Amino acid sequence: MRIGDAKQSYEADEAIWTSQTQKLWLGFFLLILLVFPFVVDSYLLYLGCLVGIAVISTTGLNILTGFTGLISLGQAGFMGVGAYTVAWLSINTALPFPVTLVLAGLMAAAVGILVGLPSLRVKGLYLAIATLAASVFLHFIFAEWESVTGGMGGLSLEPAHLFGLTFQSDFSMYFIIVPLAVLMVLAARNVFRTRIGRAFIAIRDRDISAEILGINLLRYKLMSFALSSFYAGVAGGLFAYFYRVVTPESFPLSMSIFYLAAVIVGGMGNLLGGILGAAFMTLVPEALKLLTAALTPFYPNAPVFMSPMLEIIFGALIVGFLIFEPHGLAEIWHRIRRFFRLWPFKN
Amino acid sequence: MSILEISNLSLSFGGVKALQDVSFRVPENTVTTIIGPNGAGKTSLFNCISGFYKPQQGTIRYQGQPLPGSIKPPKRAALGLARTFQNIALFRGMTVLDNIKLGAHVHMKSGLLSALAYFGPARREEMEVRKEVEERIIDFLEIDHIRRQPVASLSYGLQKRVELARALAMQPKVLMLDEPVAGMNREEKEDMARFILDIREEWGVTVLMVEHDMGMVMDISDHIAVLNFGQVITEGLPADVQNNPEVIKAYLGNSDIDSLRKKLNAEGEAA
Repeated sequence: MRIGDAKQSYEADEAIWTSQTQKLWLGFFLLILLVFPFVVDSYLLYLGCLVGIAVISTTGLNILTGFTGLISLGQAGFMGVGAYTVAWLSINTALPFPVTLVLAGLMAAAVGILVGLPSLRVKGLYLAIATLAASVFLHFIFAEWESVTGGMGGLSLEPAHLFGLTFQSDFSMYFIIVPLAVLMVLAARNVFRTRIGRAFIAIRDRDISAEILGINLLRYKLMSFALSSFYAGVAGGLFAYFYRVVTPESFPLSMSIFYLAAVIVGGMGNLLGGILGAAFMTLVPEALKLLTAALTPFYPNAPVFMSPMLEIIFGALIVGFLIFEPHGLAEIWHRIRRFFRLWPFKN
Repeated sequence: MSILEISNLSLSFGGVKALQDVSFRVPENTVTTIIGPNGAGKTSLFNCISGFYKPQQGTIRYQGQPLPGSIKPPKRAALGLARTFQNIALFRGMTVLDNIKLGAHVHMKSGLLSALAYFGPARREEMEVRKEVEERIIDFLEIDHIRRQPVASLSYGLQKRVELARALAMQPKVLMLDEPVAGMNREEKEDMARFILDIREEWGVTVLMVEHDMGMVMDISDHIAVLNFGQVITEGLPADVQNNPEVIKAYLGNSDIDSLRKKLNAEGEAA
């Protein structure tokens, strides 16, 4: 049990992890991430990679929607831009994956800035519609610009490579995706320790007083769009390397809604929430499928009965979260932490 | 020497004339107060100075230089014009510390890349701001016990104080306070008056405020301007303003106090 803590410098007080216990748990968590691919079967490994990609993209959308207060339905479109960039580069050049991923991010960021331009004038649902229009437009480009995107057939690409190593299996992709996800979440956390992150939150909370404090609204809104789309672009690039085929149908509108739901279910404006939300949204449909499989020996009709029910149950879970836990999964986590802070004494 | 000079300022919204030919000056290193009945145009004047409204006529000179409409609010903040709002305009989702740090935003330089890495200049700059905020502002305004709390959980008086702290973090030359003690109890008012005087004396900041609490206005102001129906009635020392018949008329209406009292007595007897 921790009674209190004394800090001797502002540096120590501003650190992300301030106590030994936290650092211990963090090390433990990273160890699990490292050991995970060696002990699980191929199905769980596949899910692990998917969660990693979703965490990157959700963190990106969280920066934009959760922290800056700009609702976007363009996330799938930005991921598509990243995925097509990686696919095109891997077919037409011999660049290694770190370079293609960064370029994918930058390309998506550039598109993000363009899409973000109306955000100075329109807010809330109107901005959501503007980004929706952008995502439809991007989808149209993916499908029609055949010389670059391969049209409806899409593009197939070679596995990621670096220094002669190729990353073909899910096992090897895991070692690209997960470290990158950890790194990018950490980078996002850093942004919110500085003036830039504070400016984002200020714009979300009260844009007029942000302006009076000398925050240039257009500049910071576009910066938020750029940063968010960069994350989406990198996630899309990883998606391309992971499936090694990119088609216009890989990035439907429902995917944008998936990420928006992940941010909301996890907890808007909370990076941990983004991680939990991404994991929740990816894993719960799979868990429901497993449940169906487990029920089959007892109720032979379970698959027939359950398969149309899955989406309903999934939707009901999300609605339930919004009603009973409006601050998201992150709030549940914080409550658990508060409980154990004084445990075994009552608090 | 006047740090702010307003001359012949006019502002109207459609047919409503919010400000008509308003002229007055704010002498440097004073507490200057604008008083006047509700709807007299005090907050509109503040909004003109901080750049939210563009007056149709007139000029605002700051440190001898004109402030045209092309200088937008963020730029004016960087020039040293800070303000607080009548309805508290803090960022409710953030802690007290982060709110105050936001005040220093214009004086910080770190870019996105160094922020992502939180390394080198970005980190150093954050530490300097933290030290400055802690040792100069939080200590001065006696809010060290609440620095970690989210602003939404604080009482009204404390929120006003945090807003003042945020404005101070902007390192202003002119601090504009819109009703700094409205809705406060006596003790909170006394604290705020003390802070305002200290800000002028110890920090050398010129204070321009709008306030309705006449007791406090007369006690701490060096210079007062009276606004009524968008026009300046008079300006001068507190004692002069207090005895100006125009001002009494603006506050009490056309009748003088004696005739009002007679009228009331007559009605009382008739009843």
